[in-house]
Amino acid sequence: MSYTRETDHGTPPAISTGRSVTLTIDGDTVTMPEGTSIMRAASLTGCSIPKLCATDNVESFGSCRLCLVEVEGRNGYPASCTTPIAEGMVVRTQSERLKQLRRGVMELYISDHPLDCLTCPANGDCELQEQAGAVGLRDVRYGYDGATNMGQAKDRSNPYFDFDPSKCIVCSRCVRACDEVQGTFALTIEGRGFDSRVSPSQGRDFLSSECVSCGACVQACPTATLTEKKVVEIGTPDRAVVTTCAYCGVGCTFRAEMRGEELVRMVPWKDGKANHGHSCVKGRFAWGYAQHRDRILKPMIRASVDEPWREVSWEEAIAHTASEFRRIQAKYGTRSIGGITSSRCTNEETFLVQKLIRQGFGNNNVDTCARVCHSPTGYGLKTTFGTSAGTQDFDSVMQADVILVIGANPTDGHPVFASRMKKRLRQGAKLIVIDPRRIDLVKSPHVEASHHLPLRPGTNVAMLTALAHVIVTEKLYDEAFIRDRCDWDEFAEWADFVSEPQRSPEAVEPLTGVKATEVRAAARLYATGGNGAIYYGLGVTEHSQGSSTVMAIANLAMATGNIGREGVGVNPLRGQNNVQGACDMGSFPHEFSGYRHVSDDAVRGQFEQAWGVTLDAEPGLRIPNMLDAATDGTFKGIFIQGEDILQSDPNTHHVAAGLAAMECVVVQDLFLNETANYAHVFLPGSTFLEKDGTFTNAERRIQRVRRVMAPLNGHADWQIVQLVAQAMGLGWSYAHPSEIMDEIAALTPTFAGVHYDRLDAEGSLQWPANDAAPDGTPTMHIGGFVRGRGKFVVTDYVPTDEKTGPRFPLLLTTGRILSQYNVGAQTRRTANAAWHPEDRLEIHPNDAENRGISDGDWVSLKSRAGETSLRALITERVAPGVVYTTFHHPDTQANVITTDYSDWATNCPEYKVTAVQVMRSNGPSDWQRDYAEQARHSRRIAPLEAAE
Amino acid sequence: MKRVYVSRDMASVALGADEVAHAFEAAGCEVVRTGSRGLFSIEPLVEVESEGKRIGFGPVGPADIAAVLDGSHEARLGDVAALPFFAGQQRFTFARCGVIDPLSLKDYAEHGGWRGLETARGMTPQAVVDAVKASGLRGRGGAGFPTGIKWQTVLDAVSDAKFIVCNADEGDSGTFADRMLVEGDPFCLIEGMAIAGHAVGASHGYIYIRSEYPFAIAAMREAIQLSAERTAPFTLEVRVGAGAYVCGEETALLESIEGKRGQVRAKPPLPALAGLFGRPTVINNLLSLAAVPFILAEGAKAYADVGFGRSRGTIPVQLAGNVKHGGLYEIGFGITLGELVNDIGGGTASGRPVRAVQVGGPLGAYFPPSMFDLPFDYEAFAQAGGLIGHAGITVFDDSVDMAHMARFAMEFCAVESCGKCTPCRIGSTRGVEVMDRIIAARDSATVVQAGRNWEGYLQKALNSRTPDRIDTGLEAQTALLRDLCDTMKHGSLCALGGFTPYPVLSALDHFPEDFGAKSPVKEAAE
Repeated sequence: MSYTRETDHGTPPAISTGRSVTLTIDGDTVTMPEGTSIMRAASLTGCSIPKLCATDNVESFGSCRLCLVEVEGRNGYPASCTTPIAEGMVVRTQSERLKQLRRGVMELYISDHPLDCLTCPANGDCELQEQAGAVGLRDVRYGYDGATNMGQAKDRSNPYFDFDPSKCIVCSRCVRACDEVQGTFALTIEGRGFDSRVSPSQGRDFLSSECVSCGACVQACPTATLTEKKVVEIGTPDRAVVTTCAYCGVGCTFRAEMRGEELVRMVPWKDGKANHGHSCVKGRFAWGYAQHRDRILKPMIRASVDEPWREVSWEEAIAHTASEFRRIQAKYGTRSIGGITSSRCTNEETFLVQKLIRQGFGNNNVDTCARVCHSPTGYGLKTTFGTSAGTQDFDSVMQADVILVIGANPTDGHPVFASRMKKRLRQGAKLIVIDPRRIDLVKSPHVEASHHLPLRPGTNVAMLTALAHVIVTEKLYDEAFIRDRCDWDEFAEWADFVSEPQRSPEAVEPLTGVKATEVRAAARLYATGGNGAIYYGLGVTEHSQGSSTVMAIANLAMATGNIGREGVGVNPLRGQNNVQGACDMGSFPHEFSGYRHVSDDAVRGQFEQAWGVTLDAEPGLRIPNMLDAATDGTFKGIFIQGEDILQSDPNTHHVAAGLAAMECVVVQDLFLNETANYAHVFLPGSTFLEKDGTFTNAERRIQRVRRVMAPLNGHADWQIVQLVAQAMGLGWSYAHPSEIMDEIAALTPTFAGVHYDRLDAEGSLQWPANDAAPDGTPTMHIGGFVRGRGKFVVTDYVPTDEKTGPRFPLLLTTGRILSQYNVGAQTRRTANAAWHPEDRLEIHPNDAENRGISDGDWVSLKSRAGETSLRALITERVAPGVVYTTFHHPDTQANVITTDYSDWATNCPEYKVTAVQVMRSNGPSDWQRDYAEQARHSRRIAPLEAAE
Repeated sequence: MKRVYVSRDMASVALGADEVAHAFEAAGCEVVRTGSRGLFSIEPLVEVESEGKRIGFGPVGPADIAAVLDGSHEARLGDVAALPFFAGQQRFTFARCGVIDPLSLKDYAEHGGWRGLETARGMTPQAVVDAVKASGLRGRGGAGFPTGIKWQTVLDAVSDAKFIVCNADEGDSGTFADRMLVEGDPFCLIEGMAIAGHAVGASHGYIYIRSEYPFAIAAMREAIQLSAERTAPFTLEVRVGAGAYVCGEETALLESIEGKRGQVRAKPPLPALAGLFGRPTVINNLLSLAAVPFILAEGAKAYADVGFGRSRGTIPVQLAGNVKHGGLYEIGFGITLGELVNDIGGGTASGRPVRAVQVGGPLGAYFPPSMFDLPFDYEAFAQAGGLIGHAGITVFDDSVDMAHMARFAMEFCAVESCGKCTPCRIGSTRGVEVMDRIIAARDSATVVQAGRNWEGYLQKALNSRTPDRIDTGLEAQTALLRDLCDTMKHGSLCALGGFTPYPVLSALDHFPEDFGAKSPVKEAAE
């Protein structure tokens, strides 16, 4: 694909009224939807009206006055961006008079603009330059010695873009993008008249302002005023490839804009159905890790983890891996090895890894990182609705009237979706937040929750049951829906259960710590406020009752009839880019792709026939079981693709012990991650920029990942897995990931209609996509549940065994922050470190004062599992008795603290509740120092040593 | 105890009315503070009640009490209403102003108050809108849009809420009618807004008053409280501006009420369909709303019978500047400019010949005496290249430099521009620079140096390839000024940038000699 800018129609599409209007533009008769602007109508018919302040991802503004047109029968020269089309209207977009006016306006612009086009980073990619040419400006008769806004200092504080106010034409596109698209309201116009200037916050620089660095302003800027540093450094792009972001589960699509083999910038794709042309700081800017010097590009092996790494050829590494696995299986049995698929890799790669294990290893010892995040979602939604996935597409939120967010922090974790949600909230939808912390959504510019229920960590089920108690006892449930779509007897049983007085908001107030009146008001709002949509995250799943909580949520949605149409539903916000896909692809030890149990003879028979082997009918080991088995001496080898279980899984000491007990740990990753400290073979991975494939986002949307540059290590990840498989004697011969997808489609009913040619043509498909749903399925359970009738499940609140007491009086909960992603392996290796250079412990002022802790002090954080040290951040965001930290930095290793308690149904770890004590300390703990030393030791690479 | 009437109007107070009132109180009189009658050359005016009649004296100082009370004061005016300045007026809107205690519900009712509202409430909303249409009332803010048609649009709009907004952000220099009415008869505005609320189905109204009118703000707030029962369920509140002229522009005013930066909105959508907080909104000038009680009380015909052409009813003209009898003169449309300036205003205060008058505030056109036969009428003024605006007339004598007045217009626009649209934001500043070059070229041969700020010049020069490669001659700069005015007039988003060319071009067209052009008129005279 060569480089052309995406067409900008100037104003957004009209809100559909179903009616259309016929008019004449420059002599052509055209018919367009009612409400379309003259500018957009003209653009869609291929006639471009000069414009500067208009761009089609923000509402029209009418300030630049370049787009004036003539309308027969109307006085003056209406701005085409702000004037809607009308029946019978006769528009002229070109005339001598209009030329004269447009030139007059342009002459004014250029009289206050530096004429340094040749050395300007936007040269050739500047709308002002383009429009000056388009209107034929030849002379600026005002001269250049009058008043100007030039010569102002540049603001280079943001790590990714520069702000050069001298080049600003005050079109307000950046301000409007910040307001309308991102919803942060960080930018404003300061001053009036000629002195009007763009200002982050109030006269701050970008870095210290409220700016979240989403880059919407940079994208909106028509000149070089806001310019990416990479464009300054490299120049303008010469080609663009559409691909999908490898960060969170929103699944934003981008145009990767390249100059040669060099990535210049990532520009969110306007046609992307998940992101509609928006992005966050990670997706747009934080891709520098792909070229980071820490990347390992050559395979390495070592006999023992005490030795330094030895760089070897691919042939040697692959052969060694295969022979080690075969040796171990010969010695300890078929089930003594296993593997972990990655939620960061493509569907095709994930499918191959589980195929390698089932077909090549001959067992079902495959698991994935969803084990530690959304496995309860899979269990809970499958049990109640019949499908292990969210029920809606993201666009559905624009139809919601009441939005209930529980255990999720979308503005940090899923920022692009959060911006859509905030847009809807600004339109008047109501918000209920159930979260121990006062997350940003609770109150931020032009958004405020109607109810924030700051419950004690670990009391989700009690809270949700109390909400159900109100809905049932006050008869706010949707009887018609329940009778039609669910089993009435099951409902009645559940209703009796939740109605019991001990489950009322008043009765559970001592447990949850939330005022009963607030709970009652929230329940009434959700049940009666129109379309009710629930969005939840890991604050729901990562508990000992994670699966119960998911089912309690499903109960609420069914009881109120909020399922099966636009604007409602139950929506897990998936953490990683392809965690949905990894689960879909059969990464769990008990399921083939499409969530079909391995004990199902018919399904297994299909796979056996396709793969030409006999498959194990017994479910395999989950990650924690693999580690347990390793310490017991029965599990000896593991293949880990793209997951850092040492840092991300709970109870680090236990994980370390398990890994240390194995004879062959193979890690495939971009970097020598923490897990690699215990590895014997390291296979370098490739980034999403270097391979083809697909990711599936949180709304079940399958989107293409496209290779924009050659893999730096020589092979895409799927090719490496294929090499291992071939070395183990499997006759794989995939030439392209599309062939893998064809196999997936053939073996997986929900993917039957998924093919690369369709994805390329249509941009994306939402599964199920098959003969029953040829165009995919944006909204699930329309007309009927996948499982038949919706199932109400009684969810009795069982307090976690993790309890506070005199030794550990505080509750620790964990989460993440906007600028960092997961264990930080990628984001820590980008300039995002400017915002979050270390993990901090959030603690309420009262708890801090009791302990003599000041803001920024080093504190020790201790649980019965372990101890670490980090610095304190005193804030009322957390309630007294609750502390909070992130887990982005291996120096902190927050998971040293977390326990091995887990969800009763799925073993999903209870990350969100750990009883801890916090005390002042002098700095990093002994453990942290030892660990740092050990990590340094185990990361030595021999050739470098030899050179010394 | 003698009852005397003294104005509490800000202009009267500025002339010493408070001191006069205190002196009468000290002398044991009952002092009733009224609004101003509107002729400032007789302020502070005192009216002494005797035998049911009011005898006026003015101007009066605190030392004149005794002479006033015994009737011997030389400034005795007799029946004020019979003075020529007042006898010729047609006071429909300002009938009570200067006569009653502005905050006395009793006075208001006794002088015909609430009759309009009562009549309206006995009618269907459509009938009220029809009456306003039939009256021919047009927007008194200057645009002259038929008020009844605007109301019809709001009445027809379907919404959960609608609003009435009164624009009392009277920012034009030389205008004061809004202020006088709010200070002198606030219930009249309240009644007008309540009628509008009934007519279109709005239950709440806002009165946006400029911060420079503290007396008006206080009077309005008190009047709202006093009359709340009377207007219920319709409610009102005052919003105070923050000193930006552009907030007198209706959409910027709505933004300001919403708590946002006072910046003009593009239209459509019309405020009548999506105005305040996105709801259908009647936004009218204060004088439009204050005319409504008369129309309802006396009938649309009584109002429409007065006027000229398509301009029906009365207009409260405000005479200011260098004029002998400055003040408020309410009269039916059709009176000529010459009558207003010479006959009623009495010519200049300085006694020198009138050279120019500016009609319609700082964005209005300048007219020479040769055009004084122009009738006061929206269409006639538009045809003559001007506008009525808010009906302010500012008089200048023959010492005025019209090039400086043109420069002032550009400067005013530059200072007051909200900065949203390009023609106004950059154009007004460039306009000042062009005028500086014209004035410099007119005055001497040295041209560009005149306005140059040497500090930072090097920086500017570096930013431009050809800093001085422009023709600074009179002809070129005058042509540029005309082109700039064309861009501003037709390209600006709102009337601020769009009307700034009126004073500039009218000065250039009617007084070319002040712009260095050889005046054919002068040549002929020589």
